Amino acid sequence: MKYLSAVLGHIGGTVLLLVRSLKYVGTLPHQFPRFIEQCYLIGYTTLPIVTILSFFIGSVLALQSGYSMENFGAKQFIGTLVGLSMARELGPMMVAILVAGRVGSAITAELASMQVYQEIDALETMNIPPERMLVMPRLAAILCMMPVLAIIANLCGWYGGALVCQYTHFISVDSQAYFAALKRFMEPKDIIDGLIKAEVFGFVIVLVCCYTGLSTRGGPREIGASVTKAVVSSLILILVLDYFVTKIQL
Amino acid sequence: MSSTYTASPFVGKTFGVTVSHLTKQFGRSTVLKDINLEVRPGEIFAIMGPSGSGKSVLLKHIAGLETATSGEVRIGEYDAADPATRDKVHLALVFQAGALFNSLSVYDNLALYPREHRLYDEAGIRERVMHALSILSLEKAVKKFPSELSGGMKKRVAIARALVMEPQLLLYDEPTSELDPVMSATISEIIATLREQTAVTSIVVTHDRSLAMSIADRMAFIMEGKIRATGTPADFKQPSDPVIANFLHPVVDLKNPRFKQLEHNYE
Repeated sequence: MKYLSAVLGHIGGTVLLLVRSLKYVGTLPHQFPRFIEQCYLIGYTTLPIVTILSFFIGSVLALQSGYSMENFGAKQFIGTLVGLSMARELGPMMVAILVAGRVGSAITAELASMQVYQEIDALETMNIPPERMLVMPRLAAILCMMPVLAIIANLCGWYGGALVCQYTHFISVDSQAYFAALKRFMEPKDIIDGLIKAEVFGFVIVLVCCYTGLSTRGGPREIGASVTKAVVSSLILILVLDYFVTKIQL
Repeated sequence: MSSTYTASPFVGKTFGVTVSHLTKQFGRSTVLKDINLEVRPGEIFAIMGPSGSGKSVLLKHIAGLETATSGEVRIGEYDAADPATRDKVHLALVFQAGALFNSLSVYDNLALYPREHRLYDEAGIRERVMHALSILSLEKAVKKFPSELSGGMKKRVAIARALVMEPQLLLYDEPTSELDPVMSATISEIIATLREQTAVTSIVVTHDRSLAMSIADRMAFIMEGKIRATGTPADFKQPSDPVIANFLHPVVDLKNPRFKQLEHNYE
């Protein structure tokens, strides 16, 4: 019962934080430098790892599917499988997991240490709502950066798959045939559905991490505990939301 | 502390603080027990007491950072716990550890408030920031980050940040801790001069007897969450209460029986 009430309290607190933050949407033009800084931190600094991982995820996907599909004589559909898997599922999911681990943990640690070292109290006495200065620019930045990261992840995954298909001797599907298969069954809706997923995941990650950071109480030890809690909660939420968003989309 | 720039529209208005039957519990522990206080507009009010007596918690209630278990704090006619009060009362709190923004330079720490509230143009902000820094002899630290400052310097920057805010109610949590005697004297002068020039109501939580005695108009002594005495500094010069007398005029007794045990252990 105590655990349930704590979970409900966290959900309520997160929703309240969202409502309070949305009040400051209008202040974004005045916070443009802060928004750009967050875009840089969320987008640009995450880009290298997204590029490398998505390239290899596409490659492994092509390798595994090539190995299995050879038995059915369906090698010509590897492009379709890799393309759709990356666009609809693996691209957004992998970007979300990376953002949760890399950006979410950093957001939680920063806000938690600001809370522990009374910087949040200082902001409140200065009549500067933390939701305006700390949460809103991050929410706006993640909404702008997640689709960009997801598209880059898709492209890298597709090209990783194409390279593997072309240069692996037991697959030997050339790039033209691979991309032709990818295009044939791919619809704009597949890509848009993936981008919507990425947006939902990113938004929830930042909201949960901001809430966890700002609700930290105690000393430096609690900062570490908050980071763990925020990342674990984000990962669970990504997987749960993935099911429901996919169900709505199909 | 003469200023050449236009004063903030808030300067000149001043507020008193009324604390009525304030009680605060953290779990099973009662930190403040039925506190009643009145701080008059434009007054310097010192709150003294031993560590853990509830001074800082009381200050946080006045700043609206804590919610009372029962009772209330009013700033003028406004409820201190209501966030809307901060739109009506210009309040600054100098935190014990400074609470500077670690990701911002000293300059940006001071400029944050006027920038966020768009009080002045960048030239006006620069003028005010440099003026506040010069008062506290911090001109050389302008580009530094809080992590590069000593504890005392952080405290001075926190006070400078409060000066830039041009408050109507100024709360100090141990403003002279970690400062050398010369800087402590400067801080005392700044608190007194600010009140003289802007009629700002100041509440100073301190252990520093000489600071409280030299600048306060009135004082309160708090112990175990209760107000034990209030009065003018003159009333506290020869207190009849032995607990207060011992706190204000502690006697170092090296022949105290407690130390006999220590001697025994070291033999």
